[in-house]
Amino acid sequence: MEQEVTLMKGNEAIAHAAVRYGVDGYFGYPITPQSEILETLEELMPWDTTGMVVLQAESEVAAINMVYGGAATGKACMTSSSSPGISLKQEGISYIAAGELPALIVNCMRGGPGLGTIQPSQADYFQATKGGGHGDYHLIVLAPASVQEMADFVGLGFDLAFKYRTPVMMLADGIVGQMMEKVVLPPFRPRLTDEEIAEQRPWAVTGRPATRRPNIMTTLELDPCLMEKHNLHLQETYDLIKANEVRYEEYYTDDCDYLIVAFGCVARICLKAVEEARAQGIKVGLLRPVTLWPFPAEAVGRLSSRVKGMLVAELNTGQMIEDVLLSLDERIPVHHFGRLGGIVMDPDEVLVALKEKFSL
Amino acid sequence: MKEEIIIAGFGGQGVLSMGKILAYAGLMGGLEVTWMPSYGPEQRGGTANVTVILSDARISSPVLNAYDTAVILNQQSLDKFEARLKPGGTLIYDPYSIHHAPKRTDISVIPVDAMEATFALGSSKTYNMVLLGSLIKVRPLVGIDAVMAGLKKALPERHHHLLPLNKDAILKGMELPRL
Repeated sequence: MEQEVTLMKGNEAIAHAAVRYGVDGYFGYPITPQSEILETLEELMPWDTTGMVVLQAESEVAAINMVYGGAATGKACMTSSSSPGISLKQEGISYIAAGELPALIVNCMRGGPGLGTIQPSQADYFQATKGGGHGDYHLIVLAPASVQEMADFVGLGFDLAFKYRTPVMMLADGIVGQMMEKVVLPPFRPRLTDEEIAEQRPWAVTGRPATRRPNIMTTLELDPCLMEKHNLHLQETYDLIKANEVRYEEYYTDDCDYLIVAFGCVARICLKAVEEARAQGIKVGLLRPVTLWPFPAEAVGRLSSRVKGMLVAELNTGQMIEDVLLSLDERIPVHHFGRLGGIVMDPDEVLVALKEKFSL
Repeated sequence: MKEEIIIAGFGGQGVLSMGKILAYAGLMGGLEVTWMPSYGPEQRGGTANVTVILSDARISSPVLNAYDTAVILNQQSLDKFEARLKPGGTLIYDPYSIHHAPKRTDISVIPVDAMEATFALGSSKTYNMVLLGSLIKVRPLVGIDAVMAGLKKALPERHHHLLPLNKDAILKGMELPRL
C-alpha cells in the first residue's frame, strides 16, 4: 500500500491517528495549545465514518469521567488537555488507574503554575510520572518529540493501555503540538464490535450474559486487607511494565565524555547542540528517554560509568534530574539547565550551559 | 542540503501561510520539513514569525539561533533578525515598511518591492505569494511547480479558483529581485 505522507501540526496528527486507530470515544474541553485536537476531530466528523464519538464536554472533569465510564465498557477512549486542564483531571485519572482501565490522556504542556502561559513547558514531569492524583499508581508516560511520534504514540499508547490495563499519558508540549512536519499516518483499522469487545476484554462491563458472574467496576474497597491486595496487584503490573516497556534513544554515546539527558522536543534542541559541540571538538552524547515512566534508569546507570558528567536540560526548574540522580551507578557531577514559564531554550544556550557547568 | 529560514512581519500579512506553502512545496520535493510558528495571542497588526527548515536529512532542532535566509516584512522583524543571519546568509526585505535599511555587509541583502508589485496586481491578499516568488528566485530551494502543488494542498478546495491569481503573484515576485 502506498504510504500517505502529509504535512500537519502535531495536534492534528493526534486527531487523525485516533480516528485511524479505531478509537471509540474522544472527550475533551478546549485549551491552548492543544485545541486543534478537538477541532480537527470535529472537522473529520468520524461519527459518520468509523462511528467514533467526539464530544466537547462541559468541563475537563466531565471529560475525564466520560473516559472512565467509556473505558469501563471496554471501549478505547481518550481525552486531551493542557497543564491546568490536566490538573483538573487528576481525580479521574486516579480512579481509572485504580479501576485498571485502559485510556489515553494527552497533555500538551504549557507554562505554569496556575493558569500560567500558553507557551511550551515541561513542568508537568513530576505530575505525570510521580502520580498527579492520589494513591499508589503510575501512568505509562510517553514523550513525543516529533509530529510523527504524536501520530505513532496514539496507537502505541492504546496498545500499551490495553496490554496492561492501565491509563497511558502522552506528555507532549506546545512545540510539538503547534509545529508542522511531514507525517506518515497509520492505516485505518475498524473499531472493535461489541461482540469482539465482549470476547477480547472479558473484564469489561458490557451487560452480563447468563453464563458468567457480573463484572463490577468500582474503586471503593472498605476492607483494608483487600485494598492492600489490590495495591500489590497493581504493583505487579507496574513491575512488568518496568521490565518490558522502557524506551529511549541514544545519540553519539559510543565515545562521549559528557552526556545530555533531555526529553520531548528539548531532546531535538539538544541534539543540535551536541552536533555543534562535536564540531568544536567536545565529545558529547545525548540520551532521550521516550518513556518517562518507566524511566530508562539502566541506560543512565550504564552511561554514568562511562562519562565525566551529565547535563539534564528541561523546560522546568529540575524535575527529570531527580530520576537521573536516582539512576546513577557512578557518582559523577550532574547539572541542570532549564528555561521556565514558556521560554524555550535554543541550541546555543544548551551548549553555553554545558561549557559553563563543566568548565570546558 | 539544509536551509533554515525565518519569515517575519505583521500578523495578517500572510507570514504563517507563506511558510506553510513553502513547507508543502518542500514536502512535494521529497524534503524533510519543519514549520514552527510563533504561536500565541498574535493577531492582525501584532508581530508574527515562522521558522521553516527544509532538509534532505532528518531535522533536529525546530528552534534555531541563526538562519540561512530571512524574509523580513517590517522594521521590528528586521531589528530582531538581521543579527541572527549566518555570515554569508541571505536577507530579503520589502523596503515598503522599513525605515532603517539593513547594515550588515557579510550577507546578501536583497530588497524587493513586493508591496508595490502587489498594488499593481490589484489584490492585496497575494502579498505573501509575491514574496514567496522572490524567495524561490533568490534561493531556488523548490521549483514553482512544487510551490503550486503545495499551494493546491494548502488551500481548501473552495479557494482553488484563486490558484491562477496566486501563480501570477508568484511569477511577478520572481521578476522582482535584482540579482
